Amino acid sequence: MSKQLSLVKSTVVPVNIENIDTDQIIPARFLKATTRDGFGKNLFRDWRFNNDDENQPKPDFPLNNPKYHGKILVAAKNFGCGSSREHAAWAIKDYGFDVVVSSFFADIFKNNALNNFLLPVVVSDAFLNKIFSAVEKDVNAEIEVSLPEQYIKILATGEQESFDINNYKKTCLLNGYDDIDYLLSIKQDIEEFEHAS
Amino acid sequence: MGLSLFEKIWNKHVVKEIEGGPSVLYIDTHFIHEVTSPQAFKGLEKRGLPVFRPKQVVATADHNVPTINQHLPIKEELSRIQVQTLKDNCEKFGIELYGLGHPYQGIVHVIGPELGITQPGMTIVCGDSHTSTHGAFGTMAFGIGTSEVEMVLATQCLMQSKPKLMRINVEGELNKGVVSKDIILYIISLISASGATGYAVEYAGSAIRSLSMEARMTICNMSIEMGARCGMIAPDDITFDYIKGREFAPAGEKWDDALAYWKTLYSDADAKFDKEININAADIEPMITYGTNPGMGIGVSGHVPALSEIDEKEKPSFEKSLHYMGLQPGANIKGKKVDYVFIGSCTNSRIEDLRMVASFVKGKQKADGVEVWIVPGSKQVEQQAKNEGIDKIFEEAGFMLRQPGCSACLGMNEDKIPAGKYCISTSNRNFEGRQGPNARTFLASPLSAAAAAITGEVTDVREMIP
Repeated sequence: MSKQLSLVKSTVVPVNIENIDTDQIIPARFLKATTRDGFGKNLFRDWRFNNDDENQPKPDFPLNNPKYHGKILVAAKNFGCGSSREHAAWAIKDYGFDVVVSSFFADIFKNNALNNFLLPVVVSDAFLNKIFSAVEKDVNAEIEVSLPEQYIKILATGEQESFDINNYKKTCLLNGYDDIDYLLSIKQDIEEFEHAS
Repeated sequence: MGLSLFEKIWNKHVVKEIEGGPSVLYIDTHFIHEVTSPQAFKGLEKRGLPVFRPKQVVATADHNVPTINQHLPIKEELSRIQVQTLKDNCEKFGIELYGLGHPYQGIVHVIGPELGITQPGMTIVCGDSHTSTHGAFGTMAFGIGTSEVEMVLATQCLMQSKPKLMRINVEGELNKGVVSKDIILYIISLISASGATGYAVEYAGSAIRSLSMEARMTICNMSIEMGARCGMIAPDDITFDYIKGREFAPAGEKWDDALAYWKTLYSDADAKFDKEININAADIEPMITYGTNPGMGIGVSGHVPALSEIDEKEKPSFEKSLHYMGLQPGANIKGKKVDYVFIGSCTNSRIEDLRMVASFVKGKQKADGVEVWIVPGSKQVEQQAKNEGIDKIFEEAGFMLRQPGCSACLGMNEDKIPAGKYCISTSNRNFEGRQGPNARTFLASPLSAAAAAITGEVTDVREMIP
């Protein structure tokens, strides 16, 4: 897993479906592993293959369409709803994505993504539609996502939008820190809190 | 300005606030299970860390266990390894495990409350989105990911941004045949599967107050299905009576102290909410879902929305969903044939759910061609059902009483619904493939599920009760 994120410039894989739940991202029967590795091959498993068979890909699904590739996954609103399984974020990252763009993310998924250096970028409905249109027009349309400057830009048209991320998480992503590093650094505060309550 | 229930608990648990970032919250109780913990323990080992407060962690095996012949080794190798890994980790890190064969084993959100571990005012987390269940006791309970499980194991703290606050008031009396599952399915159908994302939700009003603890847990359980960070209900005498005398409940002087504190846990009259929704209990009928997210629910006498009733933008997702379900826009839902009935899951597998089903089916027979699985939420629920003779009633009706676990709720363990089949289910999710690849799910209450078991089709339970 690449720890650290900054500028991502890439073509995108568009999945224009609303309410994509984490059971679709990684079905429960693939959650039996005891390590974090290898979930990418089962990303969107039941949308990618007929009869659970890797030899029967569904040609209509964007991940199976060779013309779509890149490090940025773009999906319609309420992405990552449902189960809290972090395996969903692991699967997306392991498949090769560094950024997921949607107009709305489920809360737990968003945290899980951030904890795995997968950047969830929230854009307006209008901007999301612009991305889908740009890719429809040209599958090689590139998107640039800058974490330091907090913007997302459609390079072909120059249209861009800024996105929110809290400063703490931004610092973590830029520097490769995680929450445990931080929490261990304030262990004394935690112990004092325990004594006081 | 007064404080809400949520704020009272939140404020008491903030260890530190980070400027421009989340707060560090102290977690009182951490439940773990076999599926979302192994990578967290691996992470601890990699960092060379112990579990910071092992006495505040409770483990059980539920998601990946069989629900028949639990005394035998688990057949599937990966499942067996995962359950064994939990056992090994608990031994190594000094964590209490109520694993397979233990009299306290069961679904994590069933055993916490029934053992008296879940108590008002607590912060509770678990690597499972239905942790919101515990909010029924006036606790702040979050579902978390595995990195966060590791974080809490390592430091007993969680980083959280403060959510917005929503209150949903349900006032008045429920109609005949309408139970708490119908209330929550109704709410989600009203505000959608993302309607509470970013919010902590408090349920209030006379219809909520009149519910038992089991019924309240059903409501809080499904808070996540509308995206809420957590759901909660202020504790009252019904809560205190439920907790008193349970295994890990405070006793004697400690009980008196606890009770005095618990009685302060309610939203002040002038507490502020970012959003408030008012619902008339009398408007709710027995509910059923027709689609592939829990927001796609209707009253059982209603029909699947016609295409003309759907926003242009939402049509592709709507049509995809109906195609998966094999249903037509505008079709009636009543009379739709079902193949399986699943009564169980952390939503509806408590003793009260089983009693409700038993009293309805007593003397009746299941329809031919329908398979009915009753999966108790815990060993204690299973034992209680046997003590009360409920097992005999199920047997006579042709229902199969299985052993405790998450079972067919999530298509992970041995219990799956076959492709293309229809299952009326008391669980919480009707997502594509949730109960098994290409399985089709109708979410409903235990009462509606029991009615369908008898008739073999989606049924308006009101027509079957006096």
